[in-house]
Amino acid sequence: MPIQIIIEKCTGCSLCVKACPFDAIRIMDKKAVIDLNKCNLCGACLPSCKFKAILLEKPEVVTGAKPDLKAHKGVWVFAEQKKGKVQPVVYELLGKARELAASLRAEVAAVLLGEHLEEEIQELIWRGADKVYVVEKRELANFQDEPYTNILVELIKKYKPEIVLCGATSIGRSLISRVAVKLRVGLTADCTGLDIDPQRKILLQTRPAFGGNIMATIISPNYRPQMATVRHKVFPETVSDIKRRGKIIRENFDGPFLVSRSKLLDIIEEIESTVNLAEADIIVSGGRGMNGPENFKILEGLAKVLGAAVGASRAAVDSGWIPYSHQVGQTGRTVSPKIYIACGISGQIQHLVGMQSSKIIVAINKDPDAPIFKVATYGIVADLFQIIPALTKKFKESLKK
Amino acid sequence: MNIIVCIKQVPETTEVKINPETNTLIREGVKSIVNPFDAYAIEEGVRLKEKFGGKATVITMGPPQAEAVLREAISVGIDEGILLSDRAFAGSDTWATSYALSAAIKKIGAFDLIVCGKQASDGDTAQVGPGISAHLDVPQVTYVKKIEEVNPALSTMESGNTERKGGVKDKFMRVERMTEEGYEIIEVSLPALITVVKEINTPRLPSLKGMMRAKQAKIIHWKASDIEAESNCVGLTGSPTQVVRIFTPPPRVGGRIFKGETQEIVEKLAEVLRKGVL
Repeated sequence: MPIQIIIEKCTGCSLCVKACPFDAIRIMDKKAVIDLNKCNLCGACLPSCKFKAILLEKPEVVTGAKPDLKAHKGVWVFAEQKKGKVQPVVYELLGKARELAASLRAEVAAVLLGEHLEEEIQELIWRGADKVYVVEKRELANFQDEPYTNILVELIKKYKPEIVLCGATSIGRSLISRVAVKLRVGLTADCTGLDIDPQRKILLQTRPAFGGNIMATIISPNYRPQMATVRHKVFPETVSDIKRRGKIIRENFDGPFLVSRSKLLDIIEEIESTVNLAEADIIVSGGRGMNGPENFKILEGLAKVLGAAVGASRAAVDSGWIPYSHQVGQTGRTVSPKIYIACGISGQIQHLVGMQSSKIIVAINKDPDAPIFKVATYGIVADLFQIIPALTKKFKESLKK
Repeated sequence: MNIIVCIKQVPETTEVKINPETNTLIREGVKSIVNPFDAYAIEEGVRLKEKFGGKATVITMGPPQAEAVLREAISVGIDEGILLSDRAFAGSDTWATSYALSAAIKKIGAFDLIVCGKQASDGDTAQVGPGISAHLDVPQVTYVKKIEEVNPALSTMESGNTERKGGVKDKFMRVERMTEEGYEIIEVSLPALITVVKEINTPRLPSLKGMMRAKQAKIIHWKASDIEAESNCVGLTGSPTQVVRIFTPPPRVGGRIFKGETQEIVEKLAEVLRKGVL
């Protein structure tokens, strides 16, 4: 039994019932009873019990592959590139990696796979990498799951980093999940907080779950490297410092490492007029209140002036007003821009979970009772068809100055 | 074409409410549903089976009550449901979950395609799908929004090394993979694993006949020993990650409300936004 209630100590106070995020504890006959079918062994109940009546056996030393923890040194960032350009999220990660490396007294390294990368290697050093591991091959020009996995696994085995960070992008999430399984190590998805535990010197990885309704801090103390993916826009980008110097380590891979059972035939870029949602600092988003596809032009106008991306609620996408790639929310994308402007979006929970970590939320809606106002930093109870054009005009004027 | 669909039972988010006193999730009376992304995986599995014949199997790991989502899948056309349920699986992280699911898939036997939803709405990790394909060592394509073409004709044995011009092996499918900027067209040899997004289809509703079939269907129950899972690879022991703390972030509270004349509102808003970030 990995978790149990010590009946003699339990007073039936029900504090643990409230602390359980999985609704697995009930009070029966004035004693706490844990429903093992619901319990996830997360341990959230332990600190809530004032009588130390809950016993959770967590395996300290995990059997199976236990690498020599001390042999692993350094913080790595996977330097995702598209069309030979390193993605902005990489520079966000380098900043965080420097912080983590400072508390560990270790080095920061970037790993870059692709071809014709000369300028990008230099930029990675200027942006905070002490070392850049580079593999240049024509076959690696575009991301492909299998060769990228093979090479990253091999490099990690050879150089033994302590921590590996990767953007929670469509490439990063596909690649690093595969790498973690092959290496038999832990991986925490979509982190919004990363710190080093001052005593144990391990990585504390904090991430939202249930669409941000709860936060969980996760560790992987017995496995190396400790790996995490990190959302866009959570950490600030580092600035380029051309005085920085770093070491470039080139590796070569051939034959079986480059074999891929899938083949990229074509890349189609769809979102022409606007920047992509994940990378956008500002998102202008429309919902049912837009009343029709033609009205999204109004939002595009504002987005253009602000250099923003255009998003949409599920209602607008399902009505066929705008393609699915613009959908924000549970069955669409999760975004966290600096400013999210919700126009004619009522704010159903499924939408909120996809955007509530935005820094500033502006809501424009006719209905003063719309749930969106409960999360909005600035709420505007008005007709969006008057507000948006006026706002577009205002910003056009003020940004010109 | 033999298809395996992996699904998860999750709490319905519309019902997720926060207790304002304790700041914790209220789970009482919350309905359990099929993970929203998995509904598209089920539908795609059924469509492929209908088009190419063969068998569609659905599999989930969870407590005994997760049988409900398997029956739901059967009601829309899946042939068979398998439930992995064992106390030994409790506390599994994404590594251990994908290990257990892959062990079960090995027991099922030969397959052409595994379909998973992009991610689950409770954990949001998107790690289990790629994890399964890594454990099974099959190729993967994530975030698939459309299957353009499938050629399941040749068996794995026959396909051998017959390289098609400009593409992969003879037994293949061509899919569209959603990216941040648009999509990619990818050809992948079978057997493979794909994870799907909402755009791929519109899930059907169950027919009356389907519901009857689902009610009567016999669900296969497997324990850790049935799938020959190594005890140090499942559950808490087999999970490299551990949750050390769960907390509720301070809920976002509504801020300033602007009312009045359009011009007045716009001036005020422009001012606060400029101060903020612009």
